[in-house]
Amino acid sequence: MDVQYFIELFFSGLTRGSIYALIALGYTLVYGIIELINFAHGEIYMLGAFTALLVAGVLGIMGFPAGGILVVAALAAIIWSAAYGFTLEKVAYKPLRGAPRLSPLISAIGMSIFLQNYVLLAQTSEYLPFPRLLPDMEFLDYIDNIMGPSDFLILVCSMLAMVALTIFIRYTKMGKAMRATAQNRKMALLLGINADRIISLTFIVGSSLAALGGVLIASHMGQVNFSIGFLAGLKAFTAAVLGGIGSIPGAVVGGLVLGIAESFTTGYLSGNYEDALAFALLIFILIFRPDGILGKAKVQKV
Amino acid sequence: MLEVKGIDTFYGNIQALRDVSLRVDDGEIVTLIGANGAGKSTTLMTICGINRPRKGEILWNGTPIHNLPPNEIVKLGISQVPEGRLIFPDLSVRENLDLGAFLRKDKQGIKEDMDYVFDLFPILAQRRKQAGGTLSGGEQQMLAISRALMGRPKLLLLDEPSLGLAPIIIQQIFKIIQKVNADGTTVFLVEQNANQALRIAHRGYVMENGRIVMSDAAAKLLESSDIRAAYLGM
Repeated sequence: MDVQYFIELFFSGLTRGSIYALIALGYTLVYGIIELINFAHGEIYMLGAFTALLVAGVLGIMGFPAGGILVVAALAAIIWSAAYGFTLEKVAYKPLRGAPRLSPLISAIGMSIFLQNYVLLAQTSEYLPFPRLLPDMEFLDYIDNIMGPSDFLILVCSMLAMVALTIFIRYTKMGKAMRATAQNRKMALLLGINADRIISLTFIVGSSLAALGGVLIASHMGQVNFSIGFLAGLKAFTAAVLGGIGSIPGAVVGGLVLGIAESFTTGYLSGNYEDALAFALLIFILIFRPDGILGKAKVQKV
Repeated sequence: MLEVKGIDTFYGNIQALRDVSLRVDDGEIVTLIGANGAGKSTTLMTICGINRPRKGEILWNGTPIHNLPPNEIVKLGISQVPEGRLIFPDLSVRENLDLGAFLRKDKQGIKEDMDYVFDLFPILAQRRKQAGGTLSGGEQQMLAISRALMGRPKLLLLDEPSLGLAPIIIQQIFKIIQKVNADGTTVFLVEQNANQALRIAHRGYVMENGRIVMSDAAAKLLESSDIRAAYLGM
């Protein structure tokens, strides 16, 4: 077996997996708080990529340096997508709180279709080229067959984002309030925690992470399209379930496992099978370990 | 301090409270006793704004609070220790206590109150890094009371603190309730354990099928033959 080839596949899986993980975190955070699978989450990721493209386009014409453009575009994408996530919850989910669980799920699918078509109409159905904004990184030269600048950027950024999220959730007051609300909303209310605000905050945080994922993948693939959110959303959902939905480390582990598994399938079997593998994995985990790799089995008290 | 005037509360179409009126004055321990399903917990949840009364009003020092959201009511100084304690199982003891002080900003005061509850329940200080869900029932009750005290409430609402605990722990909890009251917190205590509750309370209300059917000084209720027959098994 060719070790070099194996390492290459491993790192390309890691890159892909970090993107899945970033999106999966949004699924898992929202599910943890309101037990809803937010199927419009993939669209938020796509909106992030589009926002970055538009901002980068404008700044490019104005002649800013490439590195600066990428940072500004990413920030703009994060803020804009966070606003979308916030509004999405207010418009599509909040009025349905207390309704049977199927209703917000259908609302989520509806929002997903709406947002895709909105971008299709407002922009285009073509694949748009995303500008090359990454500087050459010389220190990567001696491993350039394993990792390019955009892979490196994805790994570093997603790692930083996950560390920041962990610190936020574990140590800040709002993070603790978020965990408390996830564990027992009624008790959180009795302590004076405003659950509506916590839910909004959750959508904002989840959407920001997805937007970051969108920007990173756009600069990695070099193109953007209105439909990229659909498959990415499904894959990230798979990752979240794989790791254990509701569990934050689970989303990261699930994303990385899925990314690496797909990469090996592409490398050793055929690229045609990577989607099949991802969803086979989803079915497999749902049958044999529905709580996921890191999820806890819920004890239901009678 | 707290005045409940003629409230009706419903769950869907089912009426849980019928024309409930009661009063808690500054510095008192007032108890509400009654059987399972009489509406005691509903009364507390209505005071805290989790359930809304369909009729009647709830006054806090004269101003109506029954239309305020729960966080505003907590801000006024009303904290509840709910039935079943509702400890956050995956948060540490320390984090559970931190959240009790969620609405407060006075770091110094929070630290003082943390010392105060660790003084009341030294076992919690030992277990401060442990997850709440790993505590025993009695320890969880202590944590739930401490968490409510971390909000530095003027009025502490307690829902069946004796439920499912060993007699010796119940004794300890009731002693602490008396101490908390002596230290200046008004207490409204909901109990099925009528005997214990009436022994530490100043006044008591008896609830049946969503109505207040009797109210008197606790000592008088303890002697009343109806109460003795219905709730004390004597």
